[in-house]
Amino acid sequence: MALPPTTPPTPPAAGPVVTISGLHKSFGDREVLRGIDLEVGSGEVVCVIGPSGSGKSTLLRCVNLLEQPTAGTVTVLGTEVTDPDVDIDQVRSRVGMVFQQFNLFAHQSVLQNCTLAQRKVLGRSRAQAEAVAMKNLEHVGLADRAQSMPSQLSGGQQQRVAIARALSMDPELMLFDEPTSALDPELVGEVLAVMRDLAQEGMTMLVVTHEMAFAREVGDRVVFMDDGSVVETGPADQVIGAPAEERTQAFLRRVLDPTHLQVGGPNGT
Amino acid sequence: MAATLSPPPVRPVARPRMSPRRRARTARGIQYALLLVAAAVVVAVTDWRQVGVSFFNPTVAVEMLPTLGRALTNTLVYTAAAFAVGLSLGLLLALMKLSSVRPYRWIATLYIEFFRGIPALLVVVAFGYAVPVALGVSIGSLTAKAALALGMVSAAYIAETLRAGIQAVPRGQVEAARSLGMSHGRTMVTIVIPQAFRIVLPPMTNELILLTKDTSLIFLLGLTPAQYDLTKLGRDFLSSATGGLTALFVIGACYLCITIPLGLLARRLEATTGRGTR
Ligand SMILES: Nc1ncnc2c1ncn2[C@@H]1O[C@H](COP(=O)(O)OP(=O)(O)OP(=O)(O)O)[C@@H](O)[C@H]1O
Ligand SMILES: [Mg+2]
Repeated sequence: MALPPTTPPTPPAAGPVVTISGLHKSFGDREVLRGIDLEVGSGEVVCVIGPSGSGKSTLLRCVNLLEQPTAGTVTVLGTEVTDPDVDIDQVRSRVGMVFQQFNLFAHQSVLQNCTLAQRKVLGRSRAQAEAVAMKNLEHVGLADRAQSMPSQLSGGQQQRVAIARALSMDPELMLFDEPTSALDPELVGEVLAVMRDLAQEGMTMLVVTHEMAFAREVGDRVVFMDDGSVVETGPADQVIGAPAEERTQAFLRRVLDPTHLQVGGPNGT
Repeated sequence: MAATLSPPPVRPVARPRMSPRRRARTARGIQYALLLVAAAVVVAVTDWRQVGVSFFNPTVAVEMLPTLGRALTNTLVYTAAAFAVGLSLGLLLALMKLSSVRPYRWIATLYIEFFRGIPALLVVVAFGYAVPVALGVSIGSLTAKAALALGMVSAAYIAETLRAGIQAVPRGQVEAARSLGMSHGRTMVTIVIPQAFRIVLPPMTNELILLTKDTSLIFLLGLTPAQYDLTKLGRDFLSSATGGLTALFVIGACYLCITIPLGLLARRLEATTGRGTR
């Protein structure tokens, strides 16, 4: 299934990059996604916001089938991934994913992290893979750390390597699951800057985030989820600046209000 | 509330209390003194001349020398062969135990429980006498017999160790690999097993050391002198020679010559492969 190295990237799909319709997901009896419909167009940046436990990560993980949907269809880059006969590895090789916990391969150097899948999945030669990896490490400002081990890097650096690793596969879609939530506040900026660049270069991105300013500035569209459903979706400025739905307003009040720490309860969480 | 209670009354002390550091130093001093007294007693009551003659008799040791190298090599060969069987079978069992196919899990569990639960000695005897009768096949090579018998026992322990090691690799590592388009098998081989290897290195070393000592059981298979392992050689010398227990000490030293470097090697490996993970 490894693509020959000379194959040009598949031409951008004519339609949307991601189409989700009627998506349901249950863990046992617990229904986490209750019928989601969502489209992501080519070159679009869609940010997903919502309270903890509302199913944002699950939604994202259904796109590359890290979670198996219970019902509904998900089509990615023209391939219906919910079809049981689909070669999911082939689709995944065209979709980059960045995790909250970075998940760099702990036993491999930064460079190896960025070349492994290129060689094993795309069938690139070592020289080719390293050239691509170095270009992307350069892009995230970490070319000088190519030989470091992940544990020798700060969280922000690790996350930037994770982005470079995903980009090294020349993905046509990038999924981000709260990429800055595990970072110390002073390291958030460097990761968001890389993502902003990426958006400006026209990458199609689906981003789960708690960074409202980022969503508003970089997102073309914002999706607000609550309790397994999409409550509101629209242009970023509108959903974050002037939300129409009651639940969106309540959520944004909690998140944006600098005194929201007191709202949670007496223990101040 | 506890805070409102009055603090416990301070008991008057007869003599000034020692500072914690002084107390620790005194305690340590007492321990050293005890050690010295014990050593002195041992030295005083031991009949050193007798010990020299019957435990560390150089004549006996020299007498053993020509056959010792052979026995040492045999022990190493038996151990290596048994470990090869144990590791391959153990890895297979570990993967079966983690399989999504339920009957595989049952078989692996049954195997592990069975071979962990019975003495290795029984398995060796079974390979010597029961298996040839039951299956109508006789395994010609003694090394093969030893490797199978001891390897099958060892596999049960190794399987559990490997399973725990594989499960200790964080899920995120697998998800990252899968999200890059790597297949389940490829992820296992390039991501999970290398990381599990480092986790299981210390318990695996234990396993190898135990196996080294368990090769002493193969005398039950019936050995020709050329096939003697260290223990069998030692037993022969114990019963024939006049040097008392000297053979025992020589053999013990030989085992340590195998096992101690093994432990050191494992620590080295752990240090070098552990650079990244911590
Ligand atoms: N593997 C799983 N098994 C069982 N329940 C799960 C599993 N994964 C997620 N859930 C549950 O599904 C619900 C939605 O989880 P999800 O991680 O998608 O939420 P989220 O919106 O990403 O929240 P957060 O902002 O905290 O990351 C949660 O209640 C969670 O407990
Ligand atoms: Mg989440």
